[in-house]
Amino acid sequence: MADKVKKTAAKKAVPRKAAAPQARRAAKSGVRVAVSAAADGKRRVAVCAGTACVFAGSFKVHDAFVEAVAAAGLSDKVDVVIVGCHGLCSQGPLAVIAGEETYYPRLKPADAARIVHEHLGAGTVVEDLLYVDPQSGEKIACWHDIPFYKQQTRIALRDVGVIHPERIDEYIARGGYEAARAVVSKKKPEWVIDEVLASGIRGRGGAGFPTGLKWRFAHASPGDEKYVICNGDEGDPGAFMDASIMDGDPHAVIEGMIIGSFAIGAHHGYIYVRAEYPLAVKRLRIAIAQAEERGYLGDNVFGSPWSFHLKIKEGAGAFVCGEETALIASIEGKRGMPRSRPPFPAVSGLWGKPTNINNVETFANIPWIIANGAKAYAALGTEKSRGTKAFSLAGKIVNGGLAEVPIGSTIRQMVYGVGGGIKDGREFKAVQLGGPSGGCVPAALIDTPIDYESLAATGAIMGSGGMVVVDDTTCMVDLARYFLDFTQKESCGKCVPCRLGTKRMLEILEGIVAGEGQDGDIERLETLAQTIKTTSLCGLGQTAPNPVLTTIRYFRDEYEAHIYQGACPALACTALIAYSIDVDNCTGCTLCAKKCPVDCITGEKKQLHVIGQAECIRCDTCREVCRFDAVDVLTGQAAQDLIGTPR
Amino acid sequence: MPRRVTRSKPIEPAAGDGLDLSPVREVVDELDPRSNLIAVLQRVQERIGYLPEPVIDELARLSGVPASRLYGIITFYAQFTTEPTGKHRIQVCHGTACHVAGATRLTEALEQELGVDDGGTTADMSFTLGSVACMGACSLAPVMRIDSETFGNLTPDGTRKAMRGVLKELGLDPAELRVAAGDEDGPDG
Repeated sequence: MADKVKKTAAKKAVPRKAAAPQARRAAKSGVRVAVSAAADGKRRVAVCAGTACVFAGSFKVHDAFVEAVAAAGLSDKVDVVIVGCHGLCSQGPLAVIAGEETYYPRLKPADAARIVHEHLGAGTVVEDLLYVDPQSGEKIACWHDIPFYKQQTRIALRDVGVIHPERIDEYIARGGYEAARAVVSKKKPEWVIDEVLASGIRGRGGAGFPTGLKWRFAHASPGDEKYVICNGDEGDPGAFMDASIMDGDPHAVIEGMIIGSFAIGAHHGYIYVRAEYPLAVKRLRIAIAQAEERGYLGDNVFGSPWSFHLKIKEGAGAFVCGEETALIASIEGKRGMPRSRPPFPAVSGLWGKPTNINNVETFANIPWIIANGAKAYAALGTEKSRGTKAFSLAGKIVNGGLAEVPIGSTIRQMVYGVGGGIKDGREFKAVQLGGPSGGCVPAALIDTPIDYESLAATGAIMGSGGMVVVDDTTCMVDLARYFLDFTQKESCGKCVPCRLGTKRMLEILEGIVAGEGQDGDIERLETLAQTIKTTSLCGLGQTAPNPVLTTIRYFRDEYEAHIYQGACPALACTALIAYSIDVDNCTGCTLCAKKCPVDCITGEKKQLHVIGQAECIRCDTCREVCRFDAVDVLTGQAAQDLIGTPR
Repeated sequence: MPRRVTRSKPIEPAAGDGLDLSPVREVVDELDPRSNLIAVLQRVQERIGYLPEPVIDELARLSGVPASRLYGIITFYAQFTTEPTGKHRIQVCHGTACHVAGATRLTEALEQELGVDDGGTTADMSFTLGSVACMGACSLAPVMRIDSETFGNLTPDGTRKAMRGVLKELGLDPAELRVAAGDEDGPDG
């Protein structure tokens, strides 16, 4: 921080120098950006290009903006750019007019021309396109004032959704690479490790091991050939924090890795990216090439004696590769199977050399910690869990998206504060944390603080940050079955408890949801779960029973209803439900009969319709299309009576 | 454990059964299979579309890595397939958010529409129906993608409509999907 003067100078000098090659590269790679690199003095329209926004059509919106800007003759005054995930995915595609930070959600390509003419041209905010707060009904122009964003503290996500992820100068302009430069030029590895240790940051991949301690072990390992690896194999279904960081701010990950490499003494590094994240791979490739060109990667980084070479390795679709020893095997070109530890990777890792592995989010935090000091980071969070954590909020929630909050925020703050409550005014039932390794925390524990220890006490885990909210339409037994189906398929098969145990647990759960549950199934699940937890080789098996154990702990009545009453209280398990048409509400409009894919609904026009129970496949189409709320779903005895009735 | 695999005897070039195996050599020439084995398999699959036995044999011959080991790797990772896939790819997201929003019913609707099981390919080789663990577009749940087109917030009926729309756009008759060109296994759904 002492070299502020020099850095400021560098900040100003660099963009101009680099503008030309960057624009060329952007043009060559077919990137959807206006090919003007320097945005100085220009207005800026930032269109979110996170996965959800892209799927919702943000590139079409982007192109419409570019067209509208050109048509209005504003091309030299307005820069239309893409940015990484802006966070509030449920409002996508969205765009922000930078500077004043006006927020336009749920855009259609046709809206672009209006915004360009009215807002950028005439200078009036397009009122009817603004975000409307669902709680107050008020229009909010600036995104910082929207409750979803207001309640966040963004450190790992500091640049995500703000900078153009393919422009290194935008990262540098926000203080990027200053921390790495300062570290390699004038600090000792021991200082870096002490600083990271003092920040209290723990591994954000899920296990929560103190990062500084991990670095100290790897640093202390003898040998001059060491490796640093970034684990970007984010495989939990319902989690997309790491993807958003790699897509939206790849340089933060690279800078964190440079600092880590210096601290532990590794001259070579790998970023292992999940196969399903082609955009992350593309952005990281561009970012690495830019960093190499500037001399931030390679030999003598930042003109110092330090060298660090970074490569990308793409995964090939195996959840278990998120486990560090499996990940190492995968980089070595083998089947990604874990091995027993010790020796820990810090002693013997990639190619048998000392190796340090951290998660994407962990690395993204490091530059901030170095630049702002360990104290600033440690001031956030709780005593044992310092700092912030990024979560992907999904499921039956109003504000689905990416959010970063201080650790220790409660589930209530996440669900009702940041998340804006449950969709369609339904009832909050539970939140699933940590994906297949995690558990379900019920509504009764809504004031539980989100930190490593408090969550472990509930039977769930902090995990990597997936947070899926479910309402009363979700069957908890089926949710447990869903996760076991996942872990059972993803089990690598090396150790018996995981390979066979998860299979047996899945079979029992499948029986229960199919209405074939037996007395004693719950106890059998509990016994198997304990055995698998205590005897599996790696984290996958050790945590696989968590979704089952937590749902039994908090929703045992649902298991019992399935087994003993043949009922699914959430009306979700198709084997235990039946559809019936309500005598009073049915108007005989014939719509359900027309839409039924198996033609099992009969009835004349304007007469009561009837569902043929023997043919019905319980696809829910009739209930979905009925405009008169005339299709009832029954379960338990009522359903059995109905199906048993001779037609 | 020795990483280097010694080639015991020269193996005859793989027969190929009408497959063009030249991409295998091109990829091997470009990337060293000993340190980039997974990347090599990814590139070869990208070029040929799948990794059937003749391709595995050819790669074994050129790289010196035993076919058994290659097969072990291919069957371990979800990305690799030894079967040919359809011209168009349908992916139904089965992430947690999509699951609780009813993704299972989408897959069932598509199975009916196309006459294949999840993971299967229509007899005319035009569509492969598959599931993915999570696409990271949870706010659009449940989501499906047909090639690069995304359909979000789907219902079973909406899924059928979308599928029929795509068939119409491609000028395909739903009945023809079930007619095989050279029926091998046939759809077992």
